[in-house]
Amino acid sequence: MLEAAGTPQEIEGRSLWRDARIRLFRNKAAVGSMIILGIITLMAIFAPMLSPFEYDQIDWGYIQEGPNWENGHIFGTDGNGRDLFIRILYGARVSLAVGLLATSVSLVIGVTYGAVAGYFGGKIDTIMMRFVDVLYSLPFMFFVIMLMVVFGRNIFLIFIALGAVEWLTMARIVRGQTLSIRRREFIEAAHATGVSNFKIIFRHVIPNVLGPVIVYMTLTIPQVILTESFLSFLGLGVQEPLTSWGVLISEGAKVIEASTWMLIYPATFLALTLFCFNFIGDGLRDALDPKDR
Amino acid sequence: MLSYAIRRLLIAIPTLLIVITVAFFMMRIAPGGPFDQERVLPPEIEKNIKAAYDLDKPLPEQYVIYLGKILRGDFGPSIKIRDFTVAELIMAGAPASMQLGLSAIILALVFGVGFGTYAALRQNSAVDFIVMGIAMIGIAVPNFVMAPLLSLVFGLYLSLLPTAGWGDGELKYKILPIIALALPQIAYIARLTRGSMVEVLHSNYIRTARAKGLREKIVVTRHAIRGALLPVVSYLGPATAAVMTGSVVIESIFGAPGIGTYFIKAALNRDYPLVMGVVIVYAVMIILLNFLVDMVYGLLDPKLKSR
Repeated sequence: MLEAAGTPQEIEGRSLWRDARIRLFRNKAAVGSMIILGIITLMAIFAPMLSPFEYDQIDWGYIQEGPNWENGHIFGTDGNGRDLFIRILYGARVSLAVGLLATSVSLVIGVTYGAVAGYFGGKIDTIMMRFVDVLYSLPFMFFVIMLMVVFGRNIFLIFIALGAVEWLTMARIVRGQTLSIRRREFIEAAHATGVSNFKIIFRHVIPNVLGPVIVYMTLTIPQVILTESFLSFLGLGVQEPLTSWGVLISEGAKVIEASTWMLIYPATFLALTLFCFNFIGDGLRDALDPKDR
Repeated sequence: MLSYAIRRLLIAIPTLLIVITVAFFMMRIAPGGPFDQERVLPPEIEKNIKAAYDLDKPLPEQYVIYLGKILRGDFGPSIKIRDFTVAELIMAGAPASMQLGLSAIILALVFGVGFGTYAALRQNSAVDFIVMGIAMIGIAVPNFVMAPLLSLVFGLYLSLLPTAGWGDGELKYKILPIIALALPQIAYIARLTRGSMVEVLHSNYIRTARAKGLREKIVVTRHAIRGALLPVVSYLGPATAAVMTGSVVIESIFGAPGIGTYFIKAALNRDYPLVMGVVIVYAVMIILLNFLVDMVYGLLDPKLKSR
C-alpha cells in the first residue's frame, strides 16, 4: 500500500491513499525513519552474515572487553565473552518480531471487537464498551508480569499477553469510526441488497476505518517493543542464550560503571527503533488527517 | 454530576472483583507452590502448614474464604517473609512508593503542561522543534535505560547525588528515582498539551476572546488552557498506571524500599497472599485515581456538566 508503484502520467483523480502517500513521502522525518528502520530490519534478518561470530559463541580471550575494531568485536563483548554486535542483532529479531506479532494480535481482536460494537450499536454497543471500560482500569502490567512468572518465559505467551493488553484502545478507535460511518449510504445500500451483517462489517466497514487503525498500529508497535524490553529487563522475557534488547540492557545496567558500552549500544538500538516508529506514526497521522488537506 | 459520580463508583466494585478473581486463580493454577523449593517436609508437617494457610481446601472454597477475609480487611500473613502480615509489609513499603509515584506525577504535570504550552505558543519556531525533539527522546528512551544513565552521570561522574540507596529517606536519595519515573511522562504530556493547545488556539472561542481585546496572557491562561487540558486530564489515568508499573523497576534499580520490589520477588516465590495484596493495593489506587480524573474531567468539560 505504501510502496511507490510506477504510476501512469495521465490525469486521474487522486485517491485518498495516493494523496496520503505523497504527503507521507514529503515528510522528511518519516522517510528518514523508514530508511533507518529498514536498515535495522535488514541487519536483523541477515544477522549471521554480518559478523564472524555466533550469538552464543564465547571468545575466551576477550571477556567483557570494550569495542575494538581490530579483533572484530566492534561493539565489545559481554561478561561471557560473547560478541555484543551480533547479540544486539539477534535481540533485534526478537524485539521486532514481538512488536509485529503482538500488534497483529491486538489488531485482529481490537478491530473486530470495535467494528462489531460500533456497527450494531444500541445495547450491544453499551455492554461491549462497558466491558472495555472495566478492562481499562485493570492494572494490566501486573497481570502480564504474573502471567510470565507463573507460566514461565514463553515467547508465544509474550505475543498473546501483550496483544491482549493493547487491543483495548484499538477497539475504542474503531468503534468510534464505525459509529460515524454506519449510517452512510453505501452501508445502507449493502444492507438493502441483502448483504449479511458479517460481510458488511468485514467488506465495507473495516476497509473504511483503516486510516486511524494504521496510524494507531504504528504507534502500538513501539509500545509493545518497549513492554517486551521491560519484561526482559525484569528477567521475565526470552531465555538464554537467546536474547532481546531488554535482556542486553539489563545486563548492561548491572555493570554500567565498568562497561558502559554494554548499556549504551543496545539502549541506542532500542531508542532509535522507538524513535523511528513514533516518527512514522506521526507522519502517517499528518498524512491521513483530512483536516489539513 | 452526583449521579454520574455514584455510577462511576459502582463500576469500581465489579472491576475490583475481577482483579481479585483473575489474580487469585492465575496464581493458583500455576505449576509449583510456595513450599516446593525447600527440603521435603514430612507429610504430616506439610499438611499442617498447608492447613494453616487454608491451602488444603479445594480451590473454590479457598477463594470464598479469601474474599471474606479481604472484606474484613485481612490480607493474611506472608508465606515467605515469616512473622510479617501482608498488611504490615505493604504499610512499610507504601510511604516510599507513594512519595516517588506522586512526586513523579506532579512533576510530569507541571513540566509537561508547561513545556507543551510554551512550544504551542511558538508553533514551528526553533524552540518548538527543540522542545518536541527532546520530548521525543524522552518517549523513546525507556525509564529502565534512563535510570542507570542518570545514576552514572549524576552519581558517579558528577558526584552530585547518591547513585542508589535510600539512606534515611532524605531528599537527595529520592531525586534521581523521581526524575527517572517522571521523564517519559513529562515527554508524553508535553506532546499531548502541545497538540491540543495548537488545536484550541485555532478554535472559534479563542478568536472571539482575542476579538474582544483580551490580552494574550489572559486568553491563554483563562480560556485556552482549560480546553487544552482535557486530553491531558484523561491521560492521567494511564499515566498513573504507567508510573506505578515503572516504579517496580525504578525501585529495584535504585534500591528504594517500596511495594514494587516485593511484587516480583513474591510472584517468583509463589507467596500468594503478598502477591494478591500488592495487586489489590495497586488496583485500588488506579481505580481511585481514574475516578478522580473522571470527576475533574466532568468539571472541566462544559459538555459533560449537564449530565
